[in-house]
Amino acid sequence: MDAVSQLQRQFVEHATSLYREGYLDDQFTQLQKLQDESNPDFVVEVVTLFFEDSEKLLNNLATALQQESIDYKQVDAHVHQFKGSSSSIGAQRVKNVCVVFRNYCDEKNLDGCLVCLQQAKNEYLLVRNKLEALLNLEQQILQAGGSVPMIT
Amino acid sequence: MFSRLWRSSETDGFGDVHVLAVDDSLVDRKVIERLLKITSCKVTAVDSGWRALQYLGLDQEKTSADFVNVDLIITDYCMPGMTGYELLKKIKGSATFREVPVVIMSSENVVARIDRCLEEGAEDFIVKPVKLSDVKRLMFGAKEEKPSFNKRKLEEMSDDSSTSPQSPKSTSSSSSSSSTPPFSPSQLEQ
Repeated sequence: MDAVSQLQRQFVEHATSLYREGYLDDQFTQLQKLQDESNPDFVVEVVTLFFEDSEKLLNNLATALQQESIDYKQVDAHVHQFKGSSSSIGAQRVKNVCVVFRNYCDEKNLDGCLVCLQQAKNEYLLVRNKLEALLNLEQQILQAGGSVPMIT
Repeated sequence: MFSRLWRSSETDGFGDVHVLAVDDSLVDRKVIERLLKITSCKVTAVDSGWRALQYLGLDQEKTSADFVNVDLIITDYCMPGMTGYELLKKIKGSATFREVPVVIMSSENVVARIDRCLEEGAEDFIVKPVKLSDVKRLMFGAKEEKPSFNKRKLEEMSDDSSTSPQSPKSTSSSSSSSSTPPFSPSQLEQ
């Protein structure tokens, strides 16, 4: 049982810091509420979709911003999508970068856009790593027969 | 109105409520689908307005004898190709589906947009990201399992007693209002 409580404590510490540091917001908690015995992998599934979606969007953004003549409407459309999906899973810092990013799109400010793209990528990678670690801990707890603590 | 659609049986579940969800975002589709299923609805999720029209059989000019049975349509506003607003207009413009409540979801909390949708006949407007409480409020109203009403509809309550022959699930038309309308002013201030 000791191993389980240790894992649970690690989980709580990790999750709490994610919220405290603004990587995650309440929407992530909302998603956890949707997971139950009948849908035990819901969060993992949504988060995985988010990862796949994000990587595609980041690639599209990089391509769009490399064009001879940049279509800012198209760039904005991608950012809008990224903002939406990150908001839906509670990836707050990614979402915040997208907000700034959209402003630069409106201004057709290439430098601003490029900086934001880099920031978006960084924040995405950070939250991806942290979420993977969190979900990994969750898996370990479950496999050890424990229950996953709810973070409010 | 929700009352004649939702109160279809003595049971408390919404097991026979069929919702058509429209959203171009894969992540959002997954979330809304789960939110609706958790409130015991049957869900069909599509990724565009065109697909929604196709599903409803509205993409053709002919009137189909056997139409699909949908009790609620919930759609994203910002979608490439056809926006949720345009989809709303098409649904409200169709004889078969105009009585089906349409709820719009949007990440942008713009009053003009909300008003426009409500004026076009949208039942409600949800600001994204969508939470379980939003869906529950939609289905159950603020507290008990009472159907909820749009703020504007509250003013038109007297007209609500007429039943619509087109709605396959229409039952008793006794309307009850919940204490808190689904579309509360506080949402506008967010």
